[in-house]
Amino acid sequence: MGKKTWKYDIIVIAVLLSLTLAAYIAVRLAQDAKTPGGVAVVTVDGTERGRYALNEERREQITLADGAYNVLMISEGRADITDASCPDKICVRHRAVDKSGQSIVCLPNKVVVEIKGGEKADVDLITQ
Amino acid sequence: MTSKRIAYLGLLISLAFVFSYVETLIPVYPGIPGAKLGLANLVVITALYTLGAKDALWLSVIRIVLVACTFGNMAGMLYSLAGAALSYTVMVIAKKTGKLSLPVVSVLGGVFHNVGQLIVAMFVVETASLVYYLPALMLVGGASGAAIGALGAMVTIRLRGWGGV
Repeated sequence: MGKKTWKYDIIVIAVLLSLTLAAYIAVRLAQDAKTPGGVAVVTVDGTERGRYALNEERREQITLADGAYNVLMISEGRADITDASCPDKICVRHRAVDKSGQSIVCLPNKVVVEIKGGEKADVDLITQ
Repeated sequence: MTSKRIAYLGLLISLAFVFSYVETLIPVYPGIPGAKLGLANLVVITALYTLGAKDALWLSVIRIVLVACTFGNMAGMLYSLAGAALSYTVMVIAKKTGKLSLPVVSVLGGVFHNVGQLIVAMFVVETASLVYYLPALMLVGGASGAAIGALGAMVTIRLRGWGGV
C-alpha cells in the first residue's frame, strides 16, 4: 500500500458516507412528526394481528402458535416491547416508538410493531 | 491444491468458526437488529488476499453452514448467507479494480453485508419499513468493516513472508 495513491480510497469512503447521510435524511423525512392520532400495528409473519391506538394505555401480550410471545406496552403515547421469549431480546432493548413509520422488529418471532397513521402534527412540532 | 494450501484453508475455516462463536459471547445490542462485530470477516478478507477469491468463497459458505448447525438456526443462516453473498461479491469486485486498499475493501464488505441482511429481513417479515434501519446499519457496517480491515491489513502483510500457500 505504501506508495499507492489513496485517491480512490477517499472517493469510495466519501461516496459511502454521503449515501448513508442521504439514506438518513430520506428516513427522517419519511417519518412524520410525532402523531398523537397514531396507532401501533402489530403484524406476525406478514399478517396483521391488531391495531392499538397510542393514546390509550394498555398492555397486550402477542402470543404465537408455538408459545413464543412478545409483550407490547403502550403508555404516554409510545409503544414499546417490554418482554419477549426470543433469545436475543433485541426488540426489548429497542427504544419505545411513537412516530409514524417507526417500528420495532423481533426477527426470531417475526413480530413487527409499526406506528402508522395520524395526521402530520405540525402544530405539535412547533410547540414542542 | 497442495496439501499445504488445504491445511491452511482448513485452519482458516476453523478460525472463522471460533470467531463466530466468540462473537456470540460478546453482547453488542445497539438496538439495531442484525448489528454485529463481524469478527469472522477478518478471516474471510485474509483468505481473499492470501488465497484468492475461490477459496475465500468456500471458507465463507462452510463457516456459515457450520455456525448455523451449531449455535445458530436456519433463519439466521438465511440472513448470514445473503449478507455474506452480497458482501463477498462487492469485496471481490472492489479488490479486482486494484485501486482500493484492503481496509476500504473491508468497509465496503461490512456495509454491503448489512444491506444484504436487511433486504432478506424485509422479505422474511414482509415489512418494507425495515428500510428505516438502513442508515444506521450502513454506518455500523462501515465502522466494523474499517476496524476489521485495519486488522486484516496487518495480518496479510505478516502472512506474506510466510512462504506462498
